[in-house]
Amino acid sequence: MEYTKSLYPIVKKEVLGKNIISMNILCPDIADAAEPGQFLHILPDGMTLRRPISICDINKENGNLRIVFEVKHEGTERIAAKNVGENLDVLGPLGHGFTLMPNAENVILIGGGIGNPPMLTLAKYYGNKATVISGFRSAECVILQDEFNRSGAKSVLCTDNGTAGRKALVTEPLKELIANENVDAIYACGPTPMLKFISAIANNAYIFCEVSLEERMGCGIGACLVCACKLKKEGKDVMGHVCKDGPVFSSKEVQW
Amino acid sequence: MANLSVNVAGVDFKNPVIPASGVFGYGREYEKLFPLSKLGGIATKGTTITERMGNPSPRIAECPSGMINSVGLQNPGIDAFINRELPNLLTKDTVIISNIAGSTIDECVSIAEMLDDTDVHMIELNISCPNVKKGGAAFGVHCESAEAITKAVRKATKKPLIVKLSPNVTDITEIARAVESAGANSVSLINTLLGMRIDINTGRPILKNNVGGMSGPAVFPIAVRMVWQVANAVSIPVIGIGGIDSGKAAIEMMMAGAKAVQVGAAIFTDPYAPVRIIDEMNDWLEEKGISDINEIIGSVNPW
Ligand SMILES: Cc1cc2nc3c(=O)[nH]c(=O)nc-3n(C[C@H](O)[C@H](O)[C@H](O)COP(=O)(O)OP(=O)(O)OC[C@H]3O[C@@H](n4cnc5c(N)ncnc54)[C@H](O)[C@@H]3O)c2cc1C
Ligand SMILES: Cc1cc2nc3c(=O)[nH]c(=O)nc-3n(C[C@H](O)[C@H](O)[C@H](O)COP(=O)(O)O)c2cc1C
Ligand code: FES
Repeated sequence: MEYTKSLYPIVKKEVLGKNIISMNILCPDIADAAEPGQFLHILPDGMTLRRPISICDINKENGNLRIVFEVKHEGTERIAAKNVGENLDVLGPLGHGFTLMPNAENVILIGGGIGNPPMLTLAKYYGNKATVISGFRSAECVILQDEFNRSGAKSVLCTDNGTAGRKALVTEPLKELIANENVDAIYACGPTPMLKFISAIANNAYIFCEVSLEERMGCGIGACLVCACKLKKEGKDVMGHVCKDGPVFSSKEVQW
Repeated sequence: MANLSVNVAGVDFKNPVIPASGVFGYGREYEKLFPLSKLGGIATKGTTITERMGNPSPRIAECPSGMINSVGLQNPGIDAFINRELPNLLTKDTVIISNIAGSTIDECVSIAEMLDDTDVHMIELNISCPNVKKGGAAFGVHCESAEAITKAVRKATKKPLIVKLSPNVTDITEIARAVESAGANSVSLINTLLGMRIDINTGRPILKNNVGGMSGPAVFPIAVRMVWQVANAVSIPVIGIGGIDSGKAAIEMMMAGAKAVQVGAAIFTDPYAPVRIIDEMNDWLEEKGISDINEIIGSVNPW
């Protein structure tokens, strides 16, 4: 199976922080096919367009996927209003995820705000070979730190205002790490300006780097060409599509 | 099973349901969900002579019961369509309708000539795309230009020719009559209505193109009305498009006079929409004891 669409029950729901919801969905067929960096396209009740949400954790044994999302407007509000036992209408798993490197010795995972959830699948994959740098606006926004710690990864917490962890942008610890250590790969998800800076740092240091992008979507599977983003491939400008070619792209091909 | 097969402009369809141009690509992504042979036909993404990159993102915004898009005819060009996509599509045991969208009459003529040498089943001439600056809808809003482009394309191909009409006009029946007189074998309608959304927190339009084409269930009553008007104004078959998201909506569109229907935005909500709609139409007909879908075409009994 590549992807499918069906109704799947919510088996666990938690509120992680201000407007941040975590849900576990029992969807064995999707969980079985899912890979780190892929996303689910979820239909809020009564709306026309689905909402793309990254997969935060994959548990193939019990057929569970976890998503963590921020309630923004009506669509995410309606998804958040669902409770354990109710079904979500899910199309997935979609997109091209992160490139996993079984021989990597030292990788850096960077999450900015609601870009942190997809980093958990990678933290679990790389364990103690990974350092997670997570950045948030302030202490109230901090999520997933216990999970990152349990994954065995080292973790560096930053906040913009210093109310938790270091008062720093994620790029500061990133620069320190690559100055002192041999880094095999950098993976990042978060606000576009953050991804742009990280890409520049990684490209200058010749370190393999992948970033997960966001774009508004229609179909979610590569048919409608709604989710276009500009890429450079073999020196040529091309239109990529976040839902199919991404959401994960090489830092070298994205045109910011 | 009720008989769902219909004939549009001499072409047999096993059922009247066709994914609309632009939402279905060339079928590859949806084939992973259901066999394309279940469909009555497929209208492919609008093709221009050379590759087009389309408009910058964001290209989509939601609205109550609908959406607005500004893709801007991104497509790989006619050569890529004919060489890379069409041969595969023609093996799928469904009617293939190639949608074309040049910015000049000459461009449309060249594309139609190239398609004439292929085994594509029908050509749908889009004179109604609101998302490109040149050509596009400009052809579709005046009778003279609609007639001229239809005439020219008509001469370039022997394939059954569908002309896709814009709803952004004062009187759609005039345009329909003009393209009929110019030799169109069928008309399809409606393309999208011009719309706009603004993010009130930033004061910026959501679409980078500022405006875009609105579609989805919200436009359904407009589409039904226009299909009804056009079906009463021309004698060529009408293909109904706009907001169809269920078997009942498809039946309603056919009662208004459509011989077949196309499904656009509904496929974003439910990727199985076209096949679900076919099943729902059959269920409805069986429930009513109607053995043939053709009995309901144009059967509305107006006051
Ligand atoms: C691949 C991918 C993965 C994502 N993963 C997560 C995640 O794990 N957690 C999380 O909280 N958010 C995630 N997002 C962002 C999330 O999709 C949006 O916050 C959400 O769609 C907003 O919906 P809404 O109805 O609340 O907002 P509205 O602004 O009302 O949405 C209106 C329309 O715009 C679209 N839209 C709005 N913001 C975005 C955005 N940032 N990206 C894409 N589409 C948008 C909506 O899908 C909808 O079609 C992801 C986005 C993408 C593209
Ligand atoms: C994303 C998107 C892309 C479209 N692209 C095309 C196109 O290339 N050519 C065309 O003739 N119509 C195009 N359309 C219009 C549809 O084919 C259809 O006429 C319209 O969406 C109304 O149907 P609906 O309400 O079922 O969506 C597009 C529509 C959407 C939503
Ligand atoms: S959302 Fe349709 S191609 Fe990406």
